[in-house]
Amino acid sequence: MSGIFTARLRALVQILFFVFVIRPFVTLFIGLRVQGKEMLPARDPFVLIANHSSHLDTVSLLSLFPLRRLPRIRPCAAADTWERTRWIAFLSRTLFNTLAIARRNITAQTHPVRRMHEALARGESLILFPEGTRGNGETMASFRPGIAHLIEEAPDIPVVPAYLTNMARSLPKGEWVPVPFICAVRLGRPLLVAGTRDEILKTLERAVLELKENV
Amino acid sequence: MAAIVFGMLAAAAVVTFALRRAYPARDFHELVLRTRSWWWMAAILFGVLALNARLLLLLFGLLSFWALKEYVTLLRTRAVDHRALIWSFLAIPIQYYWIAAGAFVMFLIFIPVYMFLWLPVRLVLARDPAGFVMSASQIQWGLMAFVFGLSHLAYLSRMRPLPAATADGITLVLFLLFVTEMSDIFQYVWGKLIGRTKIFPTISPNKTWEGLLGGIATTMALSLAVRFLTPFSAVETLAAALLLTVAGFCGGAVMSAIKRDLGAKDFGTLIPGHGGMLDRVDSLCYAAPVFFHYVRYFHG
Repeated sequence: MSGIFTARLRALVQILFFVFVIRPFVTLFIGLRVQGKEMLPARDPFVLIANHSSHLDTVSLLSLFPLRRLPRIRPCAAADTWERTRWIAFLSRTLFNTLAIARRNITAQTHPVRRMHEALARGESLILFPEGTRGNGETMASFRPGIAHLIEEAPDIPVVPAYLTNMARSLPKGEWVPVPFICAVRLGRPLLVAGTRDEILKTLERAVLELKENV
Repeated sequence: MAAIVFGMLAAAAVVTFALRRAYPARDFHELVLRTRSWWWMAAILFGVLALNARLLLLLFGLLSFWALKEYVTLLRTRAVDHRALIWSFLAIPIQYYWIAAGAFVMFLIFIPVYMFLWLPVRLVLARDPAGFVMSASQIQWGLMAFVFGLSHLAYLSRMRPLPAATADGITLVLFLLFVTEMSDIFQYVWGKLIGRTKIFPTISPNKTWEGLLGGIATTMALSLAVRFLTPFSAVETLAAALLLTVAGFCGGAVMSAIKRDLGAKDFGTLIPGHGGMLDRVDSLCYAAPVFFHYVRYFHG
């Protein structure tokens, strides 16, 4: 991404894409119900974490933000999926502003936590799915340790838990056409978490699961 | 017609205001929400009619879409039903295409013949017999009620002007909507005021004989006031109102049973004070096809 395709042009393309494609899709097709939108911090950076079961998860969470905030919201996406070809990488970076995270062949330079810290230091917020992969939508897998590693070194960054419902029914793993089940997202209070990595992990897992049980 | 509807809504606003003054201690929040939603629904309907009557097809298509969406969300679907569910949603634009193209026979048989034969086959291709009958029947019922049933509103709206009458398809749709919704409202009002004898409390605790009979009587009387929308004689108008009220009542009861079975109070939250879209159009799913054939039989 260089030359004529500057960061500002990229942001403009993303905003147009959201106005004409993503927002109408999320409102009319998915019919997303949002609870607790006021929990989203007004200031970046923060980390938004949620359960993961569908490609619709990222789209739904991104649609919660005002358009002008989109350039500073970075959904973390697995590099082995979202950068598997140059075209896919270009599209996911341009349209969704993804931050590619290496799941394999990790070096010091591509270390996921390091890339996330760099983004936070630039004042960008992260959307993270700490389960590490899409589940079946019914049970949440236990969180991978990366999130605890990240928060341990950045204890002043608020973490907002979110629980997504019906996303896997609409667009499960392996399907490409969604069924318009009504989906819901529920946001919880932003948390400042401290403690050992284990404690952080457990606190965050509990914060997300509590939102499920209160639905 | 718009004058009548908005006049009644204004009258409802005055009554609500008076009630709040007379009983300041009581909670009229739901009543206020319900009436406000009625303003919106009337504004959307008459706005679409003022803009371009052909847009009604789009409006009714969206109604079918949202109703089916609310319905399948409540269902206990299986993961292997995914492709069959996609087909059931694809049936909506196809069904409304027949209407736009004026293909009457396809409009009548596409869902009951072709979709009903195809959906079980698509479910077979998913290769999981456990729960097959359940999936096939609940998806087909959704198509029947919310796509096939509701789409009769759209076909009715496209009926040609009837000879020697001021009525056409649009005015008949207005008559159908007005009478069905009035019957819903007055069954509710009479039920609240004097309702005692429950008809089937295990299905719906709010449906009473007093409400039903009061609703029928009020709706029949009101229907005469909007007879100018139809080609009917006075007797035919009264019979149509009776038919619409009873059909609408049955539609509401069936949807109540569905909600009861699936453990939900409302189908959604789209229309404040009313619940989901389905909580508002439940009676229309029954009233529309029955009225459509009533009109065709006597004035077709």
